[in-house]
Formats: sequence, structure tokens, C-alpha cells
Amino acid sequence: MTNRLSWFVIAALVLGFIFLYGPMAVLVTYSFNANKLMTLWGGFSAKWYPILLDDAAVLTAAKNSFIVASVSATFATVLGTMAGYVLARYRKFHGRTAFSGMVTAPLVMPEVITGLSMLLLFKEMGYWFGWPKAMGFSTVILAHITFSMSYVTVVMQSRFSVFDMSLEEAALDLGAKPLKTFMVITLPIVAPAVISGWLLAFTISLDDLVITIYNNGPGSGTLPQLIFSKVRRGVDPTINALATIIITVVATGVITSHILMTRQEKRKQRDIQAALQSNK
Amino acid sequence: MAAERARAETTTQVWNDPNAKPYIRIENVTKKFGDFVAVNDVSLNIYRGELFALLGGSGCGKTTLLRMLAGFEQPTSGKIYIDDVDMADIPPYERPTNMMFQSYALFPHMTVEQNVAFGLKQDKTPAEQVKTRVGSILDMVQMRQFAHRKPHQLSGGQRQRVALARSLVKEPKLLLLDEPLGALDKKLREATQFEIMNIQDRLGITFIVVTHDQEEAMTLSTRIGVMNSGQIVQVGTPKEIYEYPNTKFVADFIGSVNLFEGHIVEDEPGHVLISAPEAGTEIYIDHGISSAPGAKVWVAIRPEKMDLTKNRPDDSDRNSAPGIVKGIAYMGNLSVYLIKLDSGKEVKVTMSNQRRAAEHAIDWDDRVYVTWHANSPVALLS
Ligand SMILES: Nc1ncnc2c1ncn2[C@@H]1O[C@H](COP(=O)(O)OP(=O)(O)OP(=O)(O)O)[C@@H](O)[C@H]1O
Ligand SMILES: [Mg+2]
Repeated sequence: MTNRLSWFVIAALVLGFIFLYGPMAVLVTYSFNANKLMTLWGGFSAKWYPILLDDAAVLTAAKNSFIVASVSATFATVLGTMAGYVLARYRKFHGRTAFSGMVTAPLVMPEVITGLSMLLLFKEMGYWFGWPKAMGFSTVILAHITFSMSYVTVVMQSRFSVFDMSLEEAALDLGAKPLKTFMVITLPIVAPAVISGWLLAFTISLDDLVITIYNNGPGSGTLPQLIFSKVRRGVDPTINALATIIITVVATGVITSHILMTRQEKRKQRDIQAALQSNK
Repeated sequence: MAAERARAETTTQVWNDPNAKPYIRIENVTKKFGDFVAVNDVSLNIYRGELFALLGGSGCGKTTLLRMLAGFEQPTSGKIYIDDVDMADIPPYERPTNMMFQSYALFPHMTVEQNVAFGLKQDKTPAEQVKTRVGSILDMVQMRQFAHRKPHQLSGGQRQRVALARSLVKEPKLLLLDEPLGALDKKLREATQFEIMNIQDRLGITFIVVTHDQEEAMTLSTRIGVMNSGQIVQVGTPKEIYEYPNTKFVADFIGSVNLFEGHIVEDEPGHVLISAPEAGTEIYIDHGISSAPGAKVWVAIRPEKMDLTKNRPDDSDRNSAPGIVKGIAYMGNLSVYLIKLDSGKEVKVTMSNQRRAAEHAIDWDDRVYVTWHANSPVALLS
């Protein structure tokens, strides 16, 4: 084994990156296009950004998206953490297989169907219980919770399945009740997984279009809905600018969380080394 | 060590008092994991203030037994009473026990100090008192200077001491220690053993200590329970276990021993005579064991209870096995001799080095007789 990369590995890497990020690179480049026509490069310009930020519709949609994503991510994280805990911890209970299958089904269910079924449910509920009266924030948030919770469940289940149970036992043994044990021992230890579950739910909610279209009403339109409707009227360079901003926000979030995680891991390694050195 | 071992003998032997009430009663407890029987029909009485050692090989069910006492596992069948209370429905956080985990189970997100204080805080102990008690227990395990470190910044032995401190600090009525001192160096281990005995004397806490280390069990405990594949095979004081093991397993497990297979020739109330071709001599024991003549037995003799001589003893057809010296290990205060008997069996004999390089010193390849006193061997039926 040598550490030198062979030409094959390099080629594979480059091709892979082009395939993944080529389209985005084009999009970002064209957001700085002075020409109004998408397909023609007319020199560098950042003029689309101020235009974008003056557009009230865009700002409202961005705000709506943010509200929907953060609220649904929070609820999804709470529910997904609970489901993941149960699935990882209680290996045998009545209906476990069914529960496990149902919790994760939305991961593989076509969104068109999930969205439609949610819509039908809300209509029926509106008819029988008088709620929801109309589609809007509450319905779109509920719909988002339903499917993003599955992702959180998967993340948390895998975290809890490697959690050292004896830590909880030690807390119980020292006199902490089960709920307290969960709050002061389990939760703080799995906090990084909870945060990454939340981020995952947040980004999934942020870019969802299909389910949102079914379950949203007027007045709470999200960014993907706005972009979609704009694109149907012909691509406008401000869309590129908007997309570039979204990419920047998401990338910053992902990179920051990655840096935080690796830094924590590195510090831990350093501490372990230090402890071994000073050990006497 | 001898002085410490004498401790067990001077303690009043409550377990021999028929009127004494056991503090812990384990009655026919069995624990199965699926089809696998981890603890098999264990019955045990442990008295207040005892330091009971559980000794046994890896996987014999020691931890499982402790976990049932602490409340993390439910017995498949059988009952556990602590202070006459049936523990079946009592959750771990309401039991009068604290446990030190074999894996330490230190909370990784808390400092050493917070780990130790955790139990006291659950009892709503006033902050002042928490501080002083945590401080003094950390002093005891010599961890005060690491009070603000996190567990991953500690070495294995340091973590073990924190785990010990965390279980001791609440001074529960029953302390369950799972291999409490395994990762410590000799000096620290002896100091901590001493502290554990101190705490036990001072507070009258009942201890159950799991250990692999038989010397530790001998030193620390009032009584020892020897376990083998889920069962308790013998319970007794360190001296009883060492001097009168009841099975081959116990004889072999505690200390080192020479075992000879044989059969009974004569069994009278006052003595037994055993023919043991392996030993190349008849074995005469000065107490009876009451079994049928002809029965198969194993004779166990401790290496330090054997003697070596180059001259043929007078009564040479009994308790004197001829052989050749095949090895000598010098260990400072004593030497271990490896003797190949004429039957081909090898035995170990330890002799204290009282005289330095005596003239008639025994050397490699010397022809010698291994002898022992008639009260030294123990005859075992299984
Ligand atoms: N939760 C469990 N499920 C299945 N088997 C188990 C479980 N816990 C323990 N066992 C088995 O029960 C047996 C006894 O385990 P236990 O941990 O009590 O051993 P031990 O005497 O403490 O051993 P050691 O000295 O190595 O710690 C082992 O064979 C182990 O594999
Ligand atoms: Mg164990």
C-alpha cells in the first residue's frame, strides 16, 4: 500500500465531484451573470442580489420556510428521539416490528402519496372535528413533522443502540428516577445526535416541495413553492441568486456542524493522550 | 498479610450463630438468559457488617448475581430479601444498595467531582455537606487533584478509583463492588483494601465484593463464596476455604495444589488410607471422611505443606513419594521445586528459604522424597 493516489482514483474523484457539484457550480456562476438571458454569459455582476432582497414575496416565503422548518424540526426531533429510544431499548414488545416498519415507512413512501394522504386526512378531520378549517401553517407543519420524524428516528435509534446502558443503570443505582436519569444522563450524552437529527429534519423540511404543495394554503407559501412557481413562468436570474443564497446557508450549516464535531473528537483524543502521558 | 488474614478469624462468626438474622437472603435464585443458565439455584445468607467475597472464573455469573441484588435484573425464579424486604418489586433507585460497575460506568459529560456528587444530590443533601463528603472521599482514593477532570482524561486506574468513590460516598447499607481494585498497582491496591476495611469497620456497611484475585479475597473478606458455572460451590471463611476445600474445583481455584487420584483402602473414624498409584505411595490421612471402601477420591495437598528430603524416610511406604527434581524457582523468601514423581506426575513443593545455601541443599536432578504430615492432605469425593 502506498499513500500516493493512483491516476484512477484521482479520475474517479474528479468525475464524481463534477457529477455532484457541476450543476450547482453552473447555477452559482450564472447568479453573477449580467445578462438577463440565462443561457448567455454577459459579464460579471452582482446586481440580482439587491433586486432579490427588495422582493417582498421572496422575503415572506423565506420567513415562512424558516418558520415551518424550525417548528417541524423541533417537534420531529422530540418525537423521533422518543421513537428511536423505544426501538433501540426495548428489543421485544408487542407490535415492535409493526411499529418499527410504520415509523420508517415515510422514508420509502413516494412523497406524492404521503402528501395526498395527509391532505385527505386533513379534509376528513376538518369535516368531522371542524379542525383544520383551512390549509395553512398548522397543516404544512404537521405534514412535515410526519415525514421528517422518520429521519430523526433512524438517527436516534442508531445512537441509542450503541449507548452504554450501564450509565443509566449507574444513575438509577445512585437514586435518580428514570425520567430524571433520561434528562440528566442520557439526553446530554446523546445531544450531538439530537442536534444533527434536528439539522437533518430542518434541511429536509426546508427543501420539501411535493408534500408542501398538497398541504399548504395561501399565506404560508414556502421558498421551494415560490421558486417552483417562478420557474414555471420562465427562469429569472434572481432565482439563481436565491438558490445561491440557500446553498450558502445550508453549506455553512453543514460545514460548521462538521467542524464542531471533529474538533470535539480531536480535543478528546488530545485529552486522552495527555492523560496517558501524565498518568502516575 | 498474615495479620490481615487473621482478621477473619477474630471477627465474631455470626454465620455460625443459629439465632442470628441474615441481612441478605438469597433463596434458590436462578437467572436464565434464553436457554442459558447464568445463575443456577443459588442460596446464600449474608449478615450485617460482613465483607463477603464472590470468587470465581470469568463468566461464572458473579456480575449477574450482583445485578440481581442491585435490581437491574429480575431473577427467573427464586427470591431476594434485603433486611427482610422482598426485593422483587423494588426498583434500583429505591434499594438500599450502591454498586460499583465492572465497566466503571462513569458519566462522560461530568467531571470527577460531579460524578461523585451525583448520588448525594439525588438525596437532596445540602450543598455544603455534598462538598465536604465528596472532598473527603476523593482524598481517600487520592483523586482530589483530578476533581475537575472528565473521565476520558483519566487513566484506567484513576477511573476505577472514581467509580469506587462514587459508590462509597453515599454510605449505603449494602455495597456491591464488581472487581473494585483490578486496575490498580500493588501499592495502591493494598492501600485501598485497607481503606475499604476501615470503612466497613467504621460504618458497619455490608459489602459484597466480586474479585478474580484470590489473594484479595483472602485478605479482605469475612467469608468467601466460590462460584463455578452459575452455582455456589462452597461458602466459608478464607481459612476454611483454603484448608478444607470441598471439591477439586475449589482446591484448584484457591491457591495452588497438588491433586492425586486414588481410591479408598481403609476408612475409619480416626483415619483414612488411600492408594494413589499416581503418587507412588499410600496416602494416610489422620481423620476419617466416611465413604465406602473402594470409592474413588482425589487427594489435595498444598505445596507449602510438603517437604523434601534426600534420605529415604523410615516409614517410606506412606506419605512419601519418590521423584527427581526437575526445576527450582527462587522467589526470594521461598523456593518452588518442581518434582517429577516416578509415576511421571509432576508436583510442586514450596520451601521457605530459612537457611542460606545449606550444605545438603537440594539441586537439579537430585533424587528426593516428597513427604507430608498426616493432617495435611484433604480427601475430596468430587
Ligand atoms: N444480558 C445477557 N444476555 C445473555 N447472556 C448474558 C447476559 N449477561 C450475562 N450473560 C452471560 O451469563 C454468564 C455470566 O455472566 P457474568 O457477567 O455474570 O459473569 P462474571 O462471573 O461476572 O464474569 P467476569 O468475571 O468475566 O466478569 C456469561 O456467560 C454471560 O455471557
Ligand atoms: Mg463480571
